[in-house]
Amino acid sequence: MITVSQLRFSYANPSLNASTFGLRVDALDVPQGSSIALVGPSGSGKTTLLSLIAGTLRAESGSISVNNHLVTDFNDSELGRFRIGNIGQVFQAFELLNYLSVTENVMLPWFISGNGDKAAVRTRAVELLCGVGLHARLNSMPEELSQGEQQRLAVCRAMLNNPPVLLADEPTGNLDQENKQNVVDLLVEQAKNNNSTLLMVTHDESLLARFDSVLDMRSIAKKPEGQKKL
Amino acid sequence: MSGALFLGWRYLAHHRFKSSILVASITLMVFLPSATRIIVEDSANALTARADQTPLILGARGSELELVLNTLYFHAESPATVENRVFLEAQATGLAEFIPVHSLFRARGASIVGTSPDYFDFRGLKIAEGRQMGLLGECVIGANVAARLGLAPGDSIVSSPETVFDIAGVYPLKMTIAGVLERKGTADDDAVFVDVRTTWIIQGLGHGHTDLDIPEAGAAVLSRREDVITANASLKQYAEITPDNISGFHFHGAGESFPLSGIIAVPPDQRNGTLLLGRYQNNDLLQIVAPDNVLDELLATVFAVQNYVILGLAMLSLATVAVTALVFLLSQQLRKGEFRTLLRIGASRSYISILIASELVFVFTISVLLAGVLTLITQYYAVQVLQAVLTL
Repeated sequence: MITVSQLRFSYANPSLNASTFGLRVDALDVPQGSSIALVGPSGSGKTTLLSLIAGTLRAESGSISVNNHLVTDFNDSELGRFRIGNIGQVFQAFELLNYLSVTENVMLPWFISGNGDKAAVRTRAVELLCGVGLHARLNSMPEELSQGEQQRLAVCRAMLNNPPVLLADEPTGNLDQENKQNVVDLLVEQAKNNNSTLLMVTHDESLLARFDSVLDMRSIAKKPEGQKKL
Repeated sequence: MSGALFLGWRYLAHHRFKSSILVASITLMVFLPSATRIIVEDSANALTARADQTPLILGARGSELELVLNTLYFHAESPATVENRVFLEAQATGLAEFIPVHSLFRARGASIVGTSPDYFDFRGLKIAEGRQMGLLGECVIGANVAARLGLAPGDSIVSSPETVFDIAGVYPLKMTIAGVLERKGTADDDAVFVDVRTTWIIQGLGHGHTDLDIPEAGAAVLSRREDVITANASLKQYAEITPDNISGFHFHGAGESFPLSGIIAVPPDQRNGTLLLGRYQNNDLLQIVAPDNVLDELLATVFAVQNYVILGLAMLSLATVAVTALVFLLSQQLRKGEFRTLLRIGASRSYISILIASELVFVFTISVLLAGVLTLITQYYAVQVLQAVLTL
């Protein structure tokens, strides 16, 4: 479950000596196990909201709670540890490491945290990959995969630790229609199987039907008072 | 921690070409100065050790260095020769033990050294296989020659032709190998030792052929006048000295005038050595030199050059360090996206630092290990390479 309360954030712009973009969310509750499509025009704060929930951006004020953990109170190292165990992320550009094999890319969170038995983690990674049809690609390098395969690999990496929260920032932006449907189906299915909360940013209206609900940023976010708009 | 090490290793392994260039640069940076120092110091030690064992060398006036290098290392750049008379006269003085050395010819890449049995005692050379040479035309070979050419006692080795296009000239001599010497790690390992008279036969000052007094030689005899018999080219000349034909070998001319490339002098004490030095000091045709003094002069120049080389290498190393650092920093810039991904997944900044540090440690460790191995190889082969160069 994700709870956002009185959240204030702005990107500082030193050259203008002012903030150039801001986000204000007074209240948002996302129930555990739900799959939400986050929509809205460019610049409405979709990616910013995901980054604030993941803790890769810091809020100026307000609070964000993920599964009853106040991420806004964590320091950097606590946030890192929390992300690895609780938040799986799928990025638009896949962000795979080109020098690791497919299986090693899925195991990347373990290479960072070192938590758990390596053999068990490898088994879990292989299971995930087999589950998305990449069983023949376990030892391949990412550049040998198609874009659809790379995004499936990225989903497997996000799912490695069975995270209660799955954040996906336009993961279908670079894919063709068929692959878009496949990746969204995969994300929704994985989230359901794991009872994870899925929050996915998308501009593609054809995908919205696959989600439990659709959240328009215009309905939840306001511009902070006195904010300068570029 | 181990995860960062693994990622660092995989990054280097994946970018093999870049990693190899980095490793090669640092390896050379470490290896070249140490190799230069080792080669120079080992060479100096090897040169001076043999020179220190050889008190004095008597030879024809000319280049002192050539005389020393030829007598100690049988260097192919041969000095002017002295007549055997000089050796006999020196021996008559009783001031030292004199050992003749005549090293002008080669057999299958090895120097042929004509000398006396005293040479083997003087150098402490022992027979490892077979026996000491006894007959004219027999030889004992150094351990490296035996190993390189696969030769053993009972085999034979032929001297290299000196005049390939002169069919009436001196023919190569087939020498029987009587023994193989124990390895000493000196130039003696790469030489073929014969009696000094055998080298004179190779030089054409002596030869063997069918006895012209017997009837079978009749067809080859052109004329007989008092003691002079003239034969034609059909006269059979021997290319090998055997017990059967040894009586047919003889020398033309006075033995006193036959050449020697050098004479090793071993005075029993300093007084005799000083007397010997004084005896030949003002001789216009002869010179006597102390090899260690001659090589010290050479080494002083070598060490001066070495210092310049090391200074140059140090500057090159600085440039290499700068370029390596630049390559590494540029590489980190290109990897910003990768580091951002790691941070977004949950890595800390210290994890990224450990990842970068691990790559540096891997590169430097591999480079230093490689440089160490190369240095050991250099150390092992330095003296052998020096000997090979000196006997070229």
